[in-house]
Amino acid sequence: MLNYAIRRINLLFFTLLVLSVVSFSLAYLFPGEALTNLSGIKSPTSTQFASLIRAYDTEANYFWQYIAYLRLLFDGDWGVSFTSQQPLLEDIFRTLPATIELSAYAFTLSILVGVPMGVLAGLKYHRSFDFGILSASLLGYSVPVFWLALILIQALSLQLSWLPLSGRISLYFDVPIQSGFILFDIIKASNLDRAAALQDAFLHLILPTLSIAILTSSIIIRMVRRSVLDVLEKDYIIAAYGRGQTNIQVFWKHGLRNALLPVLPLIVAQFTILLTNAMIVEVIFSWPGIGNWLIQAIYQRDYPAIRGGMLVVSSLVIMFTISLDILLRLIDPTKGRINRVAI
Amino acid sequence: MSRSSLYDEEFFPSPLEQTWIEFKKSHWAYAGLWILIFFVFVIVIGPLLTPFSPLEQNPDNLLLQPAWAASGDINHVFGTDSAGRDILSRVIYGARLTFGISFILVILSIVFGTIIGAYAGLSQGLRSSIVNHLLDSVMAIPTLLIAIIIVGILGTGLINSMWAISLALLPQVIHKCRDFVRQESEMAYVTAARLDGAGNIRIFVKSIFPNMIEILVVQSTFALSTAILDISALGFLSLAAQAPSPELGAMLSDGLDIVYISPWSIALPGTTILLAIVSINLVGDGLRNALQRRLQH
Repeated sequence: MLNYAIRRINLLFFTLLVLSVVSFSLAYLFPGEALTNLSGIKSPTSTQFASLIRAYDTEANYFWQYIAYLRLLFDGDWGVSFTSQQPLLEDIFRTLPATIELSAYAFTLSILVGVPMGVLAGLKYHRSFDFGILSASLLGYSVPVFWLALILIQALSLQLSWLPLSGRISLYFDVPIQSGFILFDIIKASNLDRAAALQDAFLHLILPTLSIAILTSSIIIRMVRRSVLDVLEKDYIIAAYGRGQTNIQVFWKHGLRNALLPVLPLIVAQFTILLTNAMIVEVIFSWPGIGNWLIQAIYQRDYPAIRGGMLVVSSLVIMFTISLDILLRLIDPTKGRINRVAI
Repeated sequence: MSRSSLYDEEFFPSPLEQTWIEFKKSHWAYAGLWILIFFVFVIVIGPLLTPFSPLEQNPDNLLLQPAWAASGDINHVFGTDSAGRDILSRVIYGARLTFGISFILVILSIVFGTIIGAYAGLSQGLRSSIVNHLLDSVMAIPTLLIAIIIVGILGTGLINSMWAISLALLPQVIHKCRDFVRQESEMAYVTAARLDGAGNIRIFVKSIFPNMIEILVVQSTFALSTAILDISALGFLSLAAQAPSPELGAMLSDGLDIVYISPWSIALPGTTILLAIVSINLVGDGLRNALQRRLQH
């Protein structure tokens, strides 16, 4: 186990190193001066220019430049954004919690819906319930996420006006930003009607969460269903029936756990896809998250922002997957190495 | 050798025929195949079908409703958009662009993915671990982010976004291929070939690859649906195809401004994408099930 954890942490370290090299080389690959792309200061004064050259070490070779870049990364000086001229790290810490919040709710919802539905469909194999779930999930994972979001907006906000159209909360709630997580901030806030604000924020959450979760839960349903079907054919299930156990006993003691184990890593692997969908959905719902911020950055050719955003999002994904990987290994130590290499 | 008379039937299906027989048993998969054939047909002879050019503007017929609506015009079956362009022609040309490019991307990524995957699967030690680590790093980056970076480097455009999407498709193919090669390398027939003195390349080409083709076909149907979704998503965010182009995603974002007056201008391209992907997924599922059942017999 320790050996495994060390290997994973080694992989994490290596990957973060590769990502930082990529983000450094992006400064050279993007159009324009590398120094401008690194610092984000478009027209520096001559004193600024001299100090920038010293800070980024641009007169040395690439290796020392990279070392200087790493040092600045760890110091928290990521440069400034072209458009807002604010420090990048501030922008990222402002937008990132919104994305984490949205994707965490969507991920939780998809697991809460996907796993029980998948198990039920597997148990009712080839009955009308199974066929219904299966066709619904086929539709669910075939639909383009942006189109689904548009349809939901059209139906639920424009036609029926049940739910708000965009944003995280109505403008008349002035929530002071502390952690960036809206629900948490509302609970902490003292200057407003908390119940009303919570309800409002919740209504704003429904549509974006739903558009992301429909796709992910459909995929989870299909994976869980297949796994349940595989497990129910195994010899130990037949043996359990042979010992005279009832359906319920067999299912809870032998079926469910063995069916869920192989699916867990696959579910974790869905997180990257979920994040891509979350970024698209953020744009449609004007959700002030990092996806929306990055898309605006590319529209305005804000190269430092793209560099910083890429580094943060991909490091976050890899840290998340690797820590869950170690956790899964703790739950299921028997699993062979070959299936686990996939992140 | 005389034919065995153990069975009454004189017909012994080949593996390919067996797969086909199993595939046909699932009506849904069969229906999906016909829808897919219909799409391929429309893509191939599209220019002969379209009554108008996809870019031809007609100021006399702005925002015409589809033919089945009360005020529709039969000349424009799907109606017209805000510039008077015929939506049916645009959808057909859009299907050509979106699906055609996805086909190309999938073929490219399958070819290169198989080669890299075979290399990763057959190599050992430091080389294999470097390839695997690099792959894992690429897979950690969400597709949209790769697309944003490539668009940042090369500028917006359909061709540039194709790089991004093939880069996003590759790791999955490589993973599948690598795992399969690793798993087969332990089989007796590979060991037999190795004892005969075959090198790595010969073992892969002559022994492992023939067993892999069916898995690759199934994998490519899933890659195809991913590619279509990604291309249209990038078109929708105007990172890939730009506005006047009849790419389905770009059409959707075009129709967004007039969704109040003409909901069909986003409903029709979206339904086209949905129908295409549903049919591809049906065929993919059907193929996978057919292969599984064939192997069980």
